[in-house]
Amino acid sequence: MKRLLSDKLAILALSILVTVMIMGLFAPFFSLHDPLEQNIAFKFAGMSWEYPLGTDHLGRCIYSRLIFGIRNTVFLAMLTMVCTIGIGVVVGVISGYYKGVVDEMMMRFCDVMLSFPSQVMILAIVGVLGVGIENIILANIVIKWTWYARMIRGMVAGYNYKNYVLYAKTIGKSDRFIISRHLLPNIFSEIIILATLDMGWVIINISTLSFLGLGIQPPFPEWGAMLSEAKNVLMSNPSQMMAPGVAILVVVASFNILGDALRDMLDVKGVVK
Amino acid sequence: MLEAKGIVKGYHESQGLFKKRHKAVLKGVSLHVKRGECVGLIGESGSGKSTLGKIILGIEKADEGTISFEGKSDKRAYEKEMSVVFQDYTSSINPRFRIKEVIAEALGKSIACAKEKRAYILSLLEEVGLNETFLERYAHELSGGQLQRVCIARAIATKPKFILLDEAVSSLDVSVQLQILELLKALKEKHNLSYLFITHDVMCVTYLCDRVIFFKEGECVESVDKIEDLKHISHPYSKSLLGAVEALEIPNFC
Repeated sequence: MKRLLSDKLAILALSILVTVMIMGLFAPFFSLHDPLEQNIAFKFAGMSWEYPLGTDHLGRCIYSRLIFGIRNTVFLAMLTMVCTIGIGVVVGVISGYYKGVVDEMMMRFCDVMLSFPSQVMILAIVGVLGVGIENIILANIVIKWTWYARMIRGMVAGYNYKNYVLYAKTIGKSDRFIISRHLLPNIFSEIIILATLDMGWVIINISTLSFLGLGIQPPFPEWGAMLSEAKNVLMSNPSQMMAPGVAILVVVASFNILGDALRDMLDVKGVVK
Repeated sequence: MLEAKGIVKGYHESQGLFKKRHKAVLKGVSLHVKRGECVGLIGESGSGKSTLGKIILGIEKADEGTISFEGKSDKRAYEKEMSVVFQDYTSSINPRFRIKEVIAEALGKSIACAKEKRAYILSLLEEVGLNETFLERYAHELSGGQLQRVCIARAIATKPKFILLDEAVSSLDVSVQLQILELLKALKEKHNLSYLFITHDVMCVTYLCDRVIFFKEGECVESVDKIEDLKHISHPYSKSLLGAVEALEIPNFC
């Protein structure tokens, strides 16, 4: 923890993320307008006290849409991550700990899943299931969990031959004890790092698909969808792109920086002084 | 007490992409350990002695052969009577556990009262020459010899009848080795323990063991029933092992 605090960039990233999340949680409190409220007379308005970031092509407050968009963009990405890792941990631990036929079957299945290009698979799944945010999340989970299962299996297999695990097996400790006390605490830090580094990817993914019109449907606010709407008026009002673009950039960059910092902090080899 | 009969174990070794070759590690090993006896299993690296140890502990399954302990051959029936001390003490203890948790893990739920448990853990630590200050420490705050003592304390915590010492002193320096060997000897007398002492060091064997088995390429090549008879071995392999030690011994100048 001390090392995290000494890394100024990581602190900045962490505080940005915390602020964003608080704003998202209490969106009605922080926003100034109803994000869906249209006011055609004020369309493409510039920055003002009433509309801090101006208004879009339907005269909706961009600032309020941005704040409400946090819920869709960041929180749905986190939900995706939690589900993905949950499945990955269960499969990875079973595979890595019990080995044998189960392991072989699961890993070959993962190989099959991993051999498809992920973006194409996501589009295919959304194509089959239909457009909508639930399907985007589902597609993301379906694609990503195999990758996590493999990573976690590798970690578990590494700890499986540690002497303390062998000792616990010798004296007949239950599998539950070994997994919950020896294996999970040790792989937990590595999982956190992976998850933080990958959050950016998921956010961009959800935004990309919303940008393509496959995710969140209008009129609901989502950063990628906002970008998509802004692109229609790129020539006449280029400033429309700014707010959602910068928001995605900052949040994704923050997650990546935080992930890097966590990795440096928890990596045993990185111990200095 | 402990009896291993005709243990056979092999691994598949891949050669190229698709070919797999069966490599025999243990070729029908039989041995027995009596109550209160220390048997030394001596052999060079890669001779399969640690694999034999894992099979005896029940961590790995033998392809053929049986292990029986006081007549019981089911691992569940005798696992409480067995314990182990490994060579690599750094990975023997979970780095996230305090020393008291390490020993408490071995005890499980056998002692319900927290005060009683603490007192017992403390008595174990004192038995291996450590004191109360170690209770709250983590593994990385201890030296190699201290860690190995903790491992021994953990091994005797379950009150086993048999302890497998898998190169238990090999990675310690010589002066600490002697202390640990003395400790093991004292514990053996006190608790009437049986040891199977796996090692490649002939000197340690002569210090601690009652019987010695020479092990080479998955087979027992020779066994010496009395440690005093160690000089009268006949097999060329055991002779070469012993000769290697004698060559290293400091010549007597006086």
